[in-house]
Amino acid sequence: MKRVYINEEWCLGCHLCEYNCFLSNSKESDMVLACMGKNIKSNLHIEDSGDIHFAFNCRHCKDPICIKACISGALHKEGEVVVIDKEKCVFCGSCILVCPYGALMESESGVMQKCELCISSGGVPKCVEGCPNGALVFEER
Amino acid sequence: MRHVIIGASFAALNAAKAILSNESDDEVVVLSKEKDAPYYRPLISYLLMGKTTEEKMRMSFPESVKIILGTEAERIDTKKKEVIASNGKRYKYDRLLISTGSRPFVPPFKGLDRVSDEIKTTFMTLEDARKLNGMLDKDKRVLIIGSGLIGLKSAEAILERVKSVDVIDLQNRILPAVLDEVSSEYLKKYLEAKGMRFHLGLSVDEFSEKSARLTDNSTLDFDILVLAVGVRANTSLFEEIGGKTGRGILIDTHSRTSIPNIYAAGDVTESMDISSMASKPIQIVPNAAFQGETAGMNMAGIEKTFENAVPMNATGFFSLHLITAGTYKGELLDLSDENGLRRFYIENDELKGFILTESAIERGGIYTSLIRDRVKLSTLDKNIFKAPLLMAFPKERREKIEKEAQ
Repeated sequence: MKRVYINEEWCLGCHLCEYNCFLSNSKESDMVLACMGKNIKSNLHIEDSGDIHFAFNCRHCKDPICIKACISGALHKEGEVVVIDKEKCVFCGSCILVCPYGALMESESGVMQKCELCISSGGVPKCVEGCPNGALVFEER
Repeated sequence: MRHVIIGASFAALNAAKAILSNESDDEVVVLSKEKDAPYYRPLISYLLMGKTTEEKMRMSFPESVKIILGTEAERIDTKKKEVIASNGKRYKYDRLLISTGSRPFVPPFKGLDRVSDEIKTTFMTLEDARKLNGMLDKDKRVLIIGSGLIGLKSAEAILERVKSVDVIDLQNRILPAVLDEVSSEYLKKYLEAKGMRFHLGLSVDEFSEKSARLTDNSTLDFDILVLAVGVRANTSLFEEIGGKTGRGILIDTHSRTSIPNIYAAGDVTESMDISSMASKPIQIVPNAAFQGETAGMNMAGIEKTFENAVPMNATGFFSLHLITAGTYKGELLDLSDENGLRRFYIENDELKGFILTESAIERGGIYTSLIRDRVKLSTLDKNIFKAPLLMAFPKERREKIEKEAQ
């Protein structure tokens, strides 16, 4: 399946993908309105250390351990994409406990949030679309 | 081929899905002794808090699975390969999965029968949750026996809906099976500040109608009694046919039991914990799911093993969240700060266990994977315990886990 990959050598660590992710998952169409006064919680994370930067998000595992550990049935697959039903999530933290990539985060509403590859807004994930240096790519490998 | 599954929770669900994932014409029959359609059992405390509904709690099995409710398996006939059920029917199987879970253990307390059934309950099933819900009232005093996960999650669920909650435990600390001493004390202080009262290192000598005399001769009066001392694996069906058991049904890494064509998975089993290298019941959701899936694949004739079981728990009380995994042995690395507890146990260059709380739980699964994969810590950046970053991994491990996802 197509996943979001990072070409580490091209990542500048600008964190713009995190903002684009947050915007894409907000109800706003404007970056300023979406981010103003908010605690920016995105579904992908930039790890920075000196000269190394890279982004990491949900790998949409073929055999996702988060779905196995979910106590409420909130995590499930839509096609090949691992998605979360926020109405069912009770924030028990089981998915945080088992995800080896650290890909799931607590959302502002107190349940979990995760990368769903922007399937509800269609097409290319916004983190990839807005990456100024072409470091993030959405492709089959 | 016909597969019969006894029990209808996480192990059964994952087994049924695995069997049917192979696009065969295999038939799957699930027998459940509960009258309720399958549901996500750990949600019963969240139901009492209004964080979910019975509707949302429902667990859906693949459509072709035939689920027979309110029917208990009473006997297994291994010669005829049949399960004899409480509805008088016999269910033929080619492969059988026992995923009967566990039941509340209620010690023979003196005078317990004097406490009317109207005001006492266990807390394991949706039916228990409905019963407890019906008892709750602002004037009621609740006594909970047992400070394990069941006792404490029921305490959390009802604290704000009753007058008082007292919890007693024979152990001298709370949640002893999940936490180490320091984290146990940390949680206790938090829960006390919320209003719970603990009476530790004590048991009940004798009950009267609405009162318990404790082993230190003090008495506690109550209007509601919740019995949450512990659980026992439902192994009797299997023991009756001569199967090997310890504290649960003994299974191998294929989820096979000692009897041909019979598999077991979930809370009913005892299996190897690789963080302590001891065989024990590991009664948690991920384990039930892994063992169930493994059983299902092997029942369908496709070899699969599950070899790295470790105990792990994610839980929360009010706004205090905790995640824990593994075994608390070896050298302690305590990096706790104002963001929460961060306690790591290290032995022979491997992470054996950890306890994280509050915002320190973030991305904690990265640590769980170090335990499950028995990663040598000397191969990682030493800052890994300051923050769970994939960056601490050598490129080969990053590439390996990327491949594993696919």
